[in-house]
Amino acid sequence: MTDKSYPHPTRRAVLVGAGALGVAPFLMVRRAEATPETMKAAIHRVIGESPVKKGRVTLDIPPLVENGNTIAMSVAVDSPMTEKDHVKAIHVFNEKNPQPDIISVHLGPRAGKATFSTRIRLADSQSVVAIAEMSDGSLWSDTVEVIVTIAACLEYN
Amino acid sequence: MARTLINVPPKAKRGQVVEIKTLISHVMETGYRRNEIGVAIPRDIINLFVCTYNGTEIFRADLHQAIAANPFITFFTTATESGTLEFKWTDDNGQVETASAKITVE
Repeated sequence: MTDKSYPHPTRRAVLVGAGALGVAPFLMVRRAEATPETMKAAIHRVIGESPVKKGRVTLDIPPLVENGNTIAMSVAVDSPMTEKDHVKAIHVFNEKNPQPDIISVHLGPRAGKATFSTRIRLADSQSVVAIAEMSDGSLWSDTVEVIVTIAACLEYN
Repeated sequence: MARTLINVPPKAKRGQVVEIKTLISHVMETGYRRNEIGVAIPRDIINLFVCTYNGTEIFRADLHQAIAANPFITFFTTATESGTLEFKWTDDNGQVETASAKITVE
């Protein structure tokens, strides 16, 4: 059926070629940005090896954002805020901004309420993670997926 | 360096948890943008915000480039005694801006 003089591409060759074509554009267009791995590294740098449990933290960001340059964000942690049991710090990280850190706040029993809010920038649709560090050393987190239609950091002047 | 806007309730009952709102005008330049001739604009952000209540630190925040221009931060504190709340912002160039507010606790 096939002509012996013309080397017919094998199924393997076709798949390998297609794979290479599929992977190459991603390698070429990769920009300088934080990735889930760099976010993990940043979290590791800030809180160390300790295990992080889900819960007690409420990260409030609108799930759909039009303008990535200012996004209202608030974090509330369920804690009695007493001398014995309080939140020591709250750290917020992102996956796809050029830098994985957003903010770290340090508070204590005098806060009365472990809640803060601010406005952040997001360069892309991504997930944002808030981690609370308790006075007993335990760590709690919440993750929110945010869709951003106009990204921050793209405008040139 | 910049204009600031502080909102602290002037009066509170002892033990009441009060909300504090702070705003400072600052470009929070990320260092990732370029000007019209393609030259990178150097990073200039406020990287530290500290609030003290009669000299005791009650809230501190390390800010990064992901904080929007004109940083707006709100947080809470327990009204323990009458006195002054001091606010201090420090930027990459070492410039410091301060503000203060009085609170009367009854």
